[in-house]
Amino acid sequence: MGTTAQRTPVPVPAGGTDPAPVLSVRNLKASIGGQQVVEDVTFSVPATGITALLGRNGVGKTSSIKAILGLIQRDAGTVDLEGQPIQALPTHRIVQRGVGYVPEDREVFAGLSVAENLRLSERDDHPRRELVEALFPDLVKRAQQAAGSLSGGQQQMVSLARALMNENRVLLVDEPTKGLAPKIVGEVADALEEAAKTVPILLVEQNLAVVRQLAGGAIVLSDGRVVHTTESATSFLDDDILVTRHLGVGTGPAHEGA
Amino acid sequence: MDTILLLLVTGIGLGAVYFLVASGLSLIYGLMGVLNFAHGAFLTLGALIGWETARVMGADSWGGFALSLLVGCLVGALLAALTEFVLIRPLYERHIEQVLVTVGLNLAAIALFEGIWGTDPVFIQGPTWMGMTTNILGAQVPNHLFITILIAGLVLAGMVLFLKRTRYGMIIRAGVENRSMVTALGIDVRRAFTLVFTIGGAAAGIGGVLASHYFGYVSPLLGGSLLIFAFIVTVIGGLGSLAGAAVASVLVGVLQQFANYFWSIGDFVVVILLAVVLLTRPSGLMGRKVATA
Repeated sequence: MGTTAQRTPVPVPAGGTDPAPVLSVRNLKASIGGQQVVEDVTFSVPATGITALLGRNGVGKTSSIKAILGLIQRDAGTVDLEGQPIQALPTHRIVQRGVGYVPEDREVFAGLSVAENLRLSERDDHPRRELVEALFPDLVKRAQQAAGSLSGGQQQMVSLARALMNENRVLLVDEPTKGLAPKIVGEVADALEEAAKTVPILLVEQNLAVVRQLAGGAIVLSDGRVVHTTESATSFLDDDILVTRHLGVGTGPAHEGA
Repeated sequence: MDTILLLLVTGIGLGAVYFLVASGLSLIYGLMGVLNFAHGAFLTLGALIGWETARVMGADSWGGFALSLLVGCLVGALLAALTEFVLIRPLYERHIEQVLVTVGLNLAAIALFEGIWGTDPVFIQGPTWMGMTTNILGAQVPNHLFITILIAGLVLAGMVLFLKRTRYGMIIRAGVENRSMVTALGIDVRRAFTLVFTIGGAAAGIGGVLASHYFGYVSPLLGGSLLIFAFIVTVIGGLGSLAGAAVASVLVGVLQQFANYFWSIGDFVVVILLAVVLLTRPSGLMGRKVATA
């Protein structure tokens, strides 16, 4: 918390080398109900921009994110946030350290109003209400509406807004465009692009057009392990052989623009 | 007509007692996934120590009655908070063990209470007015029912205000829906656990004092007999729903009184109602669909 000038994005270092990643995951293993879902994952998230976490369905992308947050059982490995180990902390402490989370399927509190959903996410006395309201003017109009009565896209806005309400070190965003109408996908992508100006993001995303628009680097998982890491998601996506091998495009649900 | 009215008011009074037990059960289960079998012990201890207090102060004085309510409330809250802190918390996320430890505590508590107060019911009395009746449209309604219904109504209103207006209330409502997402917003949901236990125990302690006036006695077994119906009420209302617990309490209480009076099958009818609700609305009258983890 010492440096208050963190809001302005750190310029990308020349040459593309990454001096100090915001998040480093080493040899992470995790399980759900005794079943190992993250085998041995090692990667780091640069301190700026959006890094995509890619892979077929069921390779452990969501589980890796949940393991970082301590939402599922971590069996081994280390997770460092800005050099500080966080793998032993309970979930709420990890989040308090500045790890924002936008879960798959949005997970808004359906019975609470939009305003209550947002107020619940305020962790300190300096919530960034203006920023959130500027990004999602629609939510201001619907503040008193039950979050469960919103459309999928609006719920995603609530979920994103909850994560952006606090000044975070990094955001973990899990499939934000899943199941949304094409027009809404664009809005969500634009909101993420805007958010990435102030905070680095690790993004799980099946919609490869969105990945192309947003992501700098990419990490590719297969069978619970990292199989490919690149500093350019676009060059990875342009390589048909790699994409077919690791994402199975054409057979899986990961169609571009799906 | 006057019989119907009397049955209705006694039924609502019984429902008020059920609500004071069921509200805590429902909130605890909804937030923590723990069926708290020790809830009856909170009620019983509240009733027993409440009665001891009233006796010292003079059982027929209003001051003694008011103080017994306050003491019952505090005793229930304290025992519940202690239970959560000492027994439930170390078993975090181990729901079966948590339930088993509450079963054990309940058995141990009953044995302890019987050791101290004996196994026989102790007949009690309150202020003279509470032992009298008021004529309403020809029905002689016992006055203690008005007090019981009034206090249960105040507890309900207090709980609703707390849940709607305070940050902790908001955390509890959100946690009932999706506990892990509450922690993923950086909130230590375990503090809310202690809180729902304390609130539930306080309501049960008040319920114990009022139940002892409703039935006219205190006994180490008072909580156990009410707990069964409170569980049924909680399931019918929908686990985790305070409004559901309130509606189901009155429904069960009234139905039980009528069925008992006309056919002497009050308990049977309640079980039938439970079966019907479970078959037609498995999540209860006002329960949510089972939340995805």
